[in-house]
Amino acid sequence: MKLSSVALRRVVLVSLGALLVMALVYVVMRSGPLAPTRVTVVQATEGRLTPALFGIGTVEARRSYLIGPTVAGRVRAVAVDVGDTVKAGQLLAEMDPVDLDERVAALDASVARAGSAVAAAEAQRHDAQARKELAAVNARRYVELGQQNFISAGAVEARLQEQASADAVVTAATANLAAARLDQQRLAAERGGLRRQRANVRLLAPADGVVTSRDAEPGSTVVAGQAALRLIEPSSLWVKVRLDQARSAGLAAGLPAQVVLRSNPGQALAGKVARVEAVSDSVTEERVAQVGFDQAPAGLSVGELAEVTLSLPATASAVLLPNAAIKRLQAQVGVWVIDDGTLRFAPVRIGQASLDGQVQILEGLKAGTTVIVHSEKDLGTHSRITVVGSLAGRQP
Amino acid sequence: MISLAGRDILHSWGKFVLTGIGLGLLIGVTLTMAGVYRGMVDDARALLDNSGADLWVVQQDTQGPYAESSSLRDDAVRSVLGLPGVARAANVTYLTMQVRRASAHAAAAGGSDDVRAMVVGFEPGQPGEPGYLVAGRHITRSHYEAVADVRTGFALGERIRIRRHDYTVVGLTRRMVSSGGDPMVFIPLKDAQEAQFLKDNEAIVNERARTAANPSLNRPGVPGLLEAIQASQANNRNVNAILVQVQPGTDAERVAEPVRRWKHLEAFTREQMEEILVAKLIATSARQIGMFLVILAIVSAAIVAFIIYTMTLGKIREIAVLKLIGTRNRTIAGMILQQALGLGLIGFVVGKVAATIWAPIFPKYVLLESGDAVRGLVAVVLICALASTLAIRVALKVDPAAAIGG
Repeated sequence: MKLSSVALRRVVLVSLGALLVMALVYVVMRSGPLAPTRVTVVQATEGRLTPALFGIGTVEARRSYLIGPTVAGRVRAVAVDVGDTVKAGQLLAEMDPVDLDERVAALDASVARAGSAVAAAEAQRHDAQARKELAAVNARRYVELGQQNFISAGAVEARLQEQASADAVVTAATANLAAARLDQQRLAAERGGLRRQRANVRLLAPADGVVTSRDAEPGSTVVAGQAALRLIEPSSLWVKVRLDQARSAGLAAGLPAQVVLRSNPGQALAGKVARVEAVSDSVTEERVAQVGFDQAPAGLSVGELAEVTLSLPATASAVLLPNAAIKRLQAQVGVWVIDDGTLRFAPVRIGQASLDGQVQILEGLKAGTTVIVHSEKDLGTHSRITVVGSLAGRQP
Repeated sequence: MISLAGRDILHSWGKFVLTGIGLGLLIGVTLTMAGVYRGMVDDARALLDNSGADLWVVQQDTQGPYAESSSLRDDAVRSVLGLPGVARAANVTYLTMQVRRASAHAAAAGGSDDVRAMVVGFEPGQPGEPGYLVAGRHITRSHYEAVADVRTGFALGERIRIRRHDYTVVGLTRRMVSSGGDPMVFIPLKDAQEAQFLKDNEAIVNERARTAANPSLNRPGVPGLLEAIQASQANNRNVNAILVQVQPGTDAERVAEPVRRWKHLEAFTREQMEEILVAKLIATSARQIGMFLVILAIVSAAIVAFIIYTMTLGKIREIAVLKLIGTRNRTIAGMILQQALGLGLIGFVVGKVAATIWAPIFPKYVLLESGDAVRGLVAVVLICALASTLAIRVALKVDPAAAIGG
């Protein structure tokens, strides 16, 4: 009885000890340097991917107008306000004409006076003409009388001289009349010019549009070229997209685009690349493209941030891998491949990538190869691994 | 020949096992404290490993980017790339901040709605990118995607908010921490540059008004000047450091030398950076933990010694009986030593198992090194042997007469 109790105790103690040793072995094998690294794997598959480019941009107007005076002056009236829709030719604002109206009135008077001067010159010419005709008649009669010797030669010569004089007076009167007419024309032209200047202080809308800013109020002074109002054409709104140069291969006009506005993140608007700018930004290392909307949404605001995804045509069929599998060992890009249970680093050449993280493998890997995607830590050739379903988190 | 120690343990095995477990928990605490210290140092090393750099180029006369703030222009990387021996170089920014969950329901489900994290701005495919992921994928868009350390508690697909923008978590990584142990969140460099210097909207509006109120910057005769000045105030072209990978076989110091001399920037090699981090940045807190570890180790040793000593004292009568029946001193000493070593071994195993089990629960990384475990084992065995000599001395001195009378 006593013996058996001792034996029982011994069994319990030994089993406790064995349990402890097992726990230690388990702990040592599962953590620390002897523990295998847990990894997830994927089979390389053959397929096509649709690469896409992603960039952010702002909504801008293709055509915007700065409305301002051509000479410095004071604003007299502003007829429109921000948000107003205006038609081409509509009066938007008017500058103070200062003395232009008075100068036009003065020229009006001058032109009228020139008209009077023309009338006077005309009358003088008529007078001279009448004198000339009388002198001609007189001269003819005296010449005939002189031939019959009724009168002295001196009297005849006096009449001839009278006639010549009258001719000269007519010529002078004709010239006077022409001068008066030219004077009138000059004054009329000057008045026309002044009227054009007067019209120029009226700022008119160059095209149909919406007023986006009212920069000057009546009474304020603006210099030549400074904008008093800004207009945009709402039908010409597009998105100026900036794309990272490193990820802009394939960017071309005509690519289909999905535009997501910050004000409405749930809705993707369809569009198209309207233009790719020839000059890219060397400081930010970005390329610039303009994306037009297929159908511009209502209430679009200029300057709004937009995320733009451009879809490129699908690539040719190639081996595809998730980008998490691509590792870099010193200077080589490659993937960790499991070959018959052993770990091997296979250098690969990678091609295009899609936005959902698939990468084209151009060289160095066959379809169906088992490749490590996720790992708990950096791997080496001698790493011990165990393959598990997933390491953390849920798959997107 | 029966084992005296074994028979004695069998006699009072409950007491023996419980003492062993108690001792084990104490050893476990000591091992954990060593792990906390190692974890701290390892956090600093992990930061350097994960950046994947051989050389850090930072602002002149600073010890950035981890120990001090450093700021340099983001086009400096181009001139560094042109230096002989440089294989790859990339800009990087670091900013420790609170990262919020963007959606309210996630906050309701997952406790607190912001996480202290180090936001790293990196260029995809360049040094500074997380080397491995445990879930999801790398960043593919040049904006508004993030890879987070699992310690942040963010899940794949979750929306997180950094300053003004929402980012989608597309990948998870592990052991990507700052030297302070804060988990990292990786976002594209341009977004990070903006986040680092982006003011809130009110501040921007106020700043614009301030500039507009300055008559020398807002001259009536120069239209467009104010707009130009305000545009130049709004953007940020700074980064915190340039991570450089040198070509294989090139000495990093040989690349660092021309950077210091001709580029008017500071460059640190891996060894120098480790020195800065371990010896300067975490020195005080590490010494604090180290001091605590030393005291804890001494106290544990004393407790182990006392337990063994009192255990022997408790058996003094039995030992006297053994002496009375003529047992040799060697046998008695052997019994006590074996018991002490057994207790020590049980304690060590329990401690090691316990430490391994509770280490992952700690909020910061606890690194249980095998070397520490071996050192701990040797120390436990030594202390037990030492303590048993005290007990053996008492046991050998005991008068056999004590068994029957005294």
